[in-house]
Amino acid sequence: MTSPGDSGKREIWPLWEVFIRSSRGLSHVHAGSLHAPDETMAVRNARDLYTRRAEGVSIWVVPSSAITASDPDAKGSYFESAQGKEYRHATYYTESESVPHL
Amino acid sequence: MIPKTKNVNPATVTAESIAKSAVVAPAGVASYALGLGDDALILAQRLGEWIASAPELEEDVALANIALDLLGHARSLLTYAGSATGVTEDDLAYFRDEPEFTNRQIFEQPNGDFAQTIARQLVVSVYFAELYRALSGSADPTLAAIAAKASKEVDYHFDHSYQWLLRLGLGTELSHERMQRGLDAVWPFVDELFRADGAQADVAVDPARLRARFDSTVPPLIEEAGLTIPTVQPARGGGRQGVHSEALGPLLAEMQVLARAHPGAKW
Repeated sequence: MTSPGDSGKREIWPLWEVFIRSSRGLSHVHAGSLHAPDETMAVRNARDLYTRRAEGVSIWVVPSSAITASDPDAKGSYFESAQGKEYRHATYYTESESVPHL
Repeated sequence: MIPKTKNVNPATVTAESIAKSAVVAPAGVASYALGLGDDALILAQRLGEWIASAPELEEDVALANIALDLLGHARSLLTYAGSATGVTEDDLAYFRDEPEFTNRQIFEQPNGDFAQTIARQLVVSVYFAELYRALSGSADPTLAAIAAKASKEVDYHFDHSYQWLLRLGLGTELSHERMQRGLDAVWPFVDELFRADGAQADVAVDPARLRARFDSTVPPLIEEAGLTIPTVQPARGGGRQGVHSEALGPLLAEMQVLARAHPGAKW
């Protein structure tokens, strides 16, 4: 890990993903991303960028580099195989006559 | 002595609500509010210069947010100050000349580099925080409400500049040097913030009391950031009497040109 300014060149701050909880009881939802030199400043920048109109009661920031995402090119094998498999949904099944209170 | 009036709700006080309420500031209160309003207005204008020029986009937004908060304080204070003589916030902001502005000189100083802006913001945020906390107990209900509302906002401004003070002071050799230079450039103007301005004791805040709070708060922060408390001669001051440094004229020209070229224009 190098310190800011070590390279002698103009450096770009790391990217952070911001999650905002809009009110108590709801989950944090991805709001966007921003640059910040460290996690403390990332929370402050998120406050300035994403909660100016009283959108939130809680902020999470996560380094973008810490997120592992599914491969967009593997969309077919990941998500499309569910198509045509209606039996995976509860609505596929009819009620049994012998079970009156289902 | 101020006649007893009903309290003003800090959660809903704005320049518009003050204008609509037809409250009239007593003369002594009006001149005090004018000084405080000018401080906030001039600093808001200065900080606005950073928009699109800060080191990162995120800092453009952070400094602009602070500027907008200050502009909100200025609008309320100037509207209230203007009520004494029947003029609006716009009359006061756009149609007074340099000697009529009563802001203290620290607020008009050029931004310098980012570190110098942070140094000034640290100093004035501690000053504002102590001022507004004390002023929220003012005998004047409108001033008290404006101060109570502003208090929460300046606490955040303080946090922003404190975080940067630590990062620049304890960062690289270059950032440390620039932060120290920033403090050195701002320090001559600290003394004027705490000079008596002849305001009514039950309405205004005693500047000497603020000075004691400032002196116990700021030096430890500077030391925490590995920096040295500057020892400099105080500047001459006189902002409250309309005496200004050469920096104010160009700032006013930029701020006022549009309103003066198109009087009464709305946008």
